[in-house]
Amino acid sequence: MDFVCNFPCISILLCLFAGIISSGLRSHAAMWVNTALLAVNTALSVFTLTYTLENGPFVYVMGRFPAPWGNEIRAGVLEALMALFFCIIMLLSLFGGRHKLLQEVSENKIGLYYVLTDLLLSSLLALIYTNDLFTAYVFVEINTISACGLIMIRQNGRTIEAAVRYMIMSLLGSGMLLLGLCMLYDLTGHLLMSNIRESVALLAADGQYQIPLIVAIVLMSVGLCIKSALFPFHAWLPDAYGYSTVSSAAILSSLVSKGYIFLLIKIIYRVIGFDIYHDTRIIDILFLFGLMGMIFGSLSAIRENDIRRMIAYSSVAQIGYIYMGFGMGTEAGMTASVFHMLSHAATKSLLFIAAIGLTDVSGGSRKFIELTGSGYRHKWAGVTFTVGSLSMVGVPLFSGFISKLLFAQAAVQNHAKMLPALIVLGISTILNAIYFMKTVIRIYTPVEDSPYEGVTFRQTSMYSVVLAAFIVLNVILGVSSQPVVDMIRRGLAEFM
Amino acid sequence: MSKRISDEEYSKTRAFHFFRWLSGSKDPYVGAVEMRPQQEATVPQETLLERMREAEMVRDKVYDEEQNKPARIFRRVYVAVAILFCIVLVGVLLVTVSYLPPTGEADKPVNNTVSARYIESGLQETGALNIVSGMILTYRAFDTFGETNVLFIATCCVMIMLMVDDAVLKKQSELNDRRFEPKNDTILQGAAFVLCPAIFIFGIYIILNGHLSPGGGFSGGSIMGAGLILYVAAFGFKKTQRFFDEHIYKIAKITALCMYGLIGTYFYMTGANGIDNHIPLGTAGHILSSGIILPINICVGLEVACTMYAFYALFRRGGL
Repeated sequence: MDFVCNFPCISILLCLFAGIISSGLRSHAAMWVNTALLAVNTALSVFTLTYTLENGPFVYVMGRFPAPWGNEIRAGVLEALMALFFCIIMLLSLFGGRHKLLQEVSENKIGLYYVLTDLLLSSLLALIYTNDLFTAYVFVEINTISACGLIMIRQNGRTIEAAVRYMIMSLLGSGMLLLGLCMLYDLTGHLLMSNIRESVALLAADGQYQIPLIVAIVLMSVGLCIKSALFPFHAWLPDAYGYSTVSSAAILSSLVSKGYIFLLIKIIYRVIGFDIYHDTRIIDILFLFGLMGMIFGSLSAIRENDIRRMIAYSSVAQIGYIYMGFGMGTEAGMTASVFHMLSHAATKSLLFIAAIGLTDVSGGSRKFIELTGSGYRHKWAGVTFTVGSLSMVGVPLFSGFISKLLFAQAAVQNHAKMLPALIVLGISTILNAIYFMKTVIRIYTPVEDSPYEGVTFRQTSMYSVVLAAFIVLNVILGVSSQPVVDMIRRGLAEFM
Repeated sequence: MSKRISDEEYSKTRAFHFFRWLSGSKDPYVGAVEMRPQQEATVPQETLLERMREAEMVRDKVYDEEQNKPARIFRRVYVAVAILFCIVLVGVLLVTVSYLPPTGEADKPVNNTVSARYIESGLQETGALNIVSGMILTYRAFDTFGETNVLFIATCCVMIMLMVDDAVLKKQSELNDRRFEPKNDTILQGAAFVLCPAIFIFGIYIILNGHLSPGGGFSGGSIMGAGLILYVAAFGFKKTQRFFDEHIYKIAKITALCMYGLIGTYFYMTGANGIDNHIPLGTAGHILSSGIILPINICVGLEVACTMYAFYALFRRGGL
């Protein structure tokens, strides 16, 4: 076995170690440990990605005992790509929100913030790489608790309320996932993904235990939908994203929900089997709720008068896109969904980070009336916000265009669902344009004798560099999307 | 009816003035008081904006459901849907249970090669008489490391929520110690004096015998944590801090988790790369046997005891 095969395991363990050690360090040292950890993990993911591109997926046994008895992790092209993206976006989000973190979080708790992010990263990586359902569940727990901590570390009434609400919804989701997992174990006697798929294929061929099998699949799917804020379960989302400190909002919206969606993809492909999952017709329900999310999320965003909450509601719509792609039930739809996961992660964290620059030069207010003209007062943030908005609306050159294109192509290939998918895609794009362009026009409306002062590049150089990096990431995804799409196709084919 | 007095005289009486005022034919203020035309009320634009902002802030701060009709309707619908959801979920689960493979049958899917190997060759492969310990700490050591980290991160979150500054803690130390318990409760102290050593020794016994008899790090650690809590409740934080303060807590917690992590890492890496790990399994049944299980149990026990105590201390006074 090559040495590179150790890298996924090393990166998960490094995160855990970094979290444990950071809890005893001062906040400044914890910050640097966290930065170094993210840099190292990015490098390790790059190595894993290049290795898997050359040699195909590999399985790594955690310990002396082979798979059905011991633990196992698996790395393929898609896993490595996701890990790479998650590390980069987390790094950028933390750098972009650092000045806000210092203002909003009391000084003796900043160290704990980095402990939480370290452990959150470990759980995300474990969710990506795991090949065992129970390992996935253990790290879902870590993910849930650390996400709650990230929300409530900025202590005012609203974040506490949001954290409680998030915790209740998220625990409901975890509970349903656990119930489904237990039932599946009772039916198959395995926890390892590949073994469960074999047993489930046998059960489906025999026609045995059909009802519990479907209930288990439904419970797991609904549990993960709740955790990733699919449309009817999104009530916790605007407060959690809108009031927490900005790095938390960016990480939660772009990474945490995506981690659960990726786990669902793994369950669909590697636990249940794509064909059996498709035959249960749950996919149609996901499709329907995805479409509803696309419309209602955007409508709520239009009504919102607070820029952070508007971006948060836009997440509901974008999660709807991803589930719509699942609901197509085709390879193309899945590819579009996975690409949209990346594109949305890159764009949404950019929007949150850019919005904080705009509110900083508007006296800290997030209401649109105060934001008027803020694009002139903070030029970099204004430009970046515009780029993010254009990407969300789906203008060529930016990543959002490619995902919309892929969704439309997938819709055309699926005859039964073509019409609703294309119509809702069109309506949703127009709604997106309404609220994002309204904001862009608002921040570029000149105001005379504004009470707020602008900032120069020199005052916010670090922040501006992060914004530039976000723009570059977005444009790379938009311009040279083909290699990424190819990697996603290949990764999904390896899942089969 | 004839007049008793002339009009001229009558116009001087109070009654004339009164009735004239009553009929409204003369306004007594006109001519008597200086009057100006009424001015148009003007409120400056800034003040209006300020007021709007304040109203908005108040609405933001106050969760006033009386004013907020949509929120009220939403809450009612929410409650109704929640109840419906729970009933449906309970119903579905109850129905599903009857379709699951019946308990106790020999050809249940669960009775397959996985559990067979745990039962048949667990003793030779892990050296532990307690198969459960062998399973969670050797076969599936990675999951258990994750589970231990769940405890760790839970303490971190409780700290974020409840920890107060050191200065506040010092100021309120006496009050915190004695707010709910009487000072120097003789009965409690006497009972704790007898019980605490026994509890600690029992906890240590369970941790050290985790691979031989039922128990292990999680159960032994929680017993030790309970002993610590009893000690604090009886003797107060000042006496406990002589041997267990925040500094020692941090050292113990970090050492335990790092030791577990290092042992685990060594075990995973050597196992995965096919290198012999040179961990002796010893003779089954001896206290020093079964490879990595004993040290891991000690680490887990330490971490669990720290977590239990930290929860109690944080909830009681916001600091260790």
